[in-house]
Amino acid sequence: MQPEPIDSSISIKPESIPFWNDPDKRAIFFQVTALIVVAVIGYYLFSNTQANLERQSIATGFGFMQKEASFEIGESMISYSAADTYAKALFVGVLNSLKVAFIGIVLTVILGTFIGIARLSSNWLMSKLAAIYIEVFQDVPVLLQLFFWYAIFYETLPSPRQAIHPMDGVFLTNRGLVFAVPESHPIHKYMLIAFIIGCTGVFFLKQWARKRQDETGRSFPVIRVSALILLGMPCLAWLAGGAPSAMNTPVLSGFNFVGGANISPEFGALLLGLVLYTAAFVAEIVRAGIQSVSHGQSEAAMSLGLKPGMILHLVILPQALRVIIPPLTSQLLNLTKNSSLAIAIGYPDFVSVANTTINQTGQAIEGVCLIMVVYLFFSLSTSVFMNWYNKKMALVER
Amino acid sequence: MSEVLSNNNNSIHDDADNVKPPIASVGIIGWIRHNLFNGPINSIITLAILYILWKVVPPFVNWAFIESMWTSSGAECQQADGACWSVIYANFRFIIFGFFPHDQQWRPLVAMILLVTLLLCSQNRNNWKKSLAYAWIIGLVIMGLLMKGGVLGLPPIESSQWSGLPLTMLLSVFGMVAAYPLGIVLALGRRSTMPAIKSLCVIYIELIRGVPLISLLFMSSVMFPLFLPEGLTINKILRAQIAIILFTAAYVAEVVRGGLQAIPKGQYEAAEAIGLNYYMKMRLIILPQALKVVIPPTVGVLISAFKDTSLVVIIALYDLLKTTQSTISNPKWMGFSAEAYIFIALIYFVCCYAMSSYSRRLERELDK
Repeated sequence: MQPEPIDSSISIKPESIPFWNDPDKRAIFFQVTALIVVAVIGYYLFSNTQANLERQSIATGFGFMQKEASFEIGESMISYSAADTYAKALFVGVLNSLKVAFIGIVLTVILGTFIGIARLSSNWLMSKLAAIYIEVFQDVPVLLQLFFWYAIFYETLPSPRQAIHPMDGVFLTNRGLVFAVPESHPIHKYMLIAFIIGCTGVFFLKQWARKRQDETGRSFPVIRVSALILLGMPCLAWLAGGAPSAMNTPVLSGFNFVGGANISPEFGALLLGLVLYTAAFVAEIVRAGIQSVSHGQSEAAMSLGLKPGMILHLVILPQALRVIIPPLTSQLLNLTKNSSLAIAIGYPDFVSVANTTINQTGQAIEGVCLIMVVYLFFSLSTSVFMNWYNKKMALVER
Repeated sequence: MSEVLSNNNNSIHDDADNVKPPIASVGIIGWIRHNLFNGPINSIITLAILYILWKVVPPFVNWAFIESMWTSSGAECQQADGACWSVIYANFRFIIFGFFPHDQQWRPLVAMILLVTLLLCSQNRNNWKKSLAYAWIIGLVIMGLLMKGGVLGLPPIESSQWSGLPLTMLLSVFGMVAAYPLGIVLALGRRSTMPAIKSLCVIYIELIRGVPLISLLFMSSVMFPLFLPEGLTINKILRAQIAIILFTAAYVAEVVRGGLQAIPKGQYEAAEAIGLNYYMKMRLIILPQALKVVIPPTVGVLISAFKDTSLVVIIALYDLLKTTQSTISNPKWMGFSAEAYIFIALIYFVCCYAMSSYSRRLERELDK
């Protein structure tokens, strides 16, 4: 039996809805109201600001960036003097921030992973110590920790004349840690090039090894060979260059050391505080990630006959990383943002340089906006990278 | 009974009754073997840790307790080898209460006791009723009046004199109380289907979460005065408080959003099906469930808000950390920073540890 065709000409006439009850129109009304409110508040603040600026006769705009900064910066990765512009001073600040954030992230991941694994250790002493570490360092404000380490460096370490001298060429003083570095030599550039070539080689080696394993099932000791390549290439370049071994050793002259490399107490305290604080959070994340992989997974892998190293590499880590990466990203971002606390102990990071700029020029709005834009850029670029990595690691389902 | 059995049975059973478990697997020795020396690697680790502890703990105990000074003057401390806890003993009231007039310091003390009492009462989930909310409102008003004065014969105290631990608590408690509703509104806005409202909320949340708190505090101290019309000024503490509220709200919003996403879609649809409007749907169906799910992470946000109040040091507000710093910058007590910092670290630790272990307990209870 064929169903009766519906007569399209007969239709139930919808009861007309009053426009104030129509969800679509209401939505438009609410959104327009919200936008108007935001715009009015924005305009109010803007006009007040403009009136205030005019009254205090503060110039607006970023013209000040080209003026001479006329303040010194304690440490800098590029050559900088007080005669340079504000723009360059701020760039030095950004580089200093990046330096502490980058080294801090690397050390935090290493220390956090180690403590997270120690927390799961079957050794009671180790596990309890890790638990105490995590609890103590999580529950004390990071700023207080920075002050504490800075005070320790500053108050308990001796002056350069009585420097602690644990080994040849290394001096520990309240002006920082001074140590010998190789004398600069043109061969260093070639060593760097050799290292980069090595990295490229390892990348292709890994692809080739994976392809071969997929096709033939034979595995290749990628990690050992890559380590050999990465270490060997620069060493070969060094040997080829005649193995220059001159060292730039620090020497006490007057009140401080000259020569060698120096880690200032500000940088040291900042790095130590940030790393110890963030590592406590990372340890908890790592522990949760490892615990999230059920024991059956490693048993199944063992029954397949995989070696312990391969179980970790092929079964446990890929699953644990999926749980670890999103919260890890936010912790590493926190570290980057917390590096702005450098201003409290006098390390010339970006915020501290920007603050000096604000105080000297009175350009408060531009200064604060610059700080916000730079950190937003750090945050957004890190999350873009981490999202990409996360997508790569995420479970691929049918 | 056992006598009868042992009499009737042969000697093998007799032996089995008398054989004790091997001494190496029970008791203290068994525990040590099992937890500290199971395998060569663990044994090495244990010995290494014990060695390090032996090198670190006795000198520390010696420094902190045996050779330490507790009630001496600063000059006497300079001679001593151990810790100088006198720096805290001598400056205790300044570290805790800061510039609050000396004879009026009972007022912040009462306010803090009131706060702690309220917190302890709120711990028990059986007390989570409307009356508790009223108690909180009344309590917060009383605390404000105690701090500010000007009523009931209490001399008024300028807010510039509020400092030390009461300021830290004030900033974190009022910060959280005000940030919570704002965060809920932002989270609802972010989940909204209206594109303009959604994007406003997303921009706000991501903007705030992308910048450090310190940039907001700078904004409050140097930019905020420019935003206001001529003649109108807001005091420094309130400006910092606003910055902390705006900052915390973005984090609360993300936590609440997680709760909203955890509620199954059926709940939303069921609420709509029985004809509830948006407000009633959220108020009666969705939020009670969503907020319950996110109680533990909310405590986490509260903990970090509490720790983050220490950042007001940078804009020169005298919170607990700043009063401590000004104590140790006094020439009389120069050089005893470590002791003073350890003391306030203990205060922070006790507060945060109490909150975090409470949140863990709550998580377990709610999981049941």
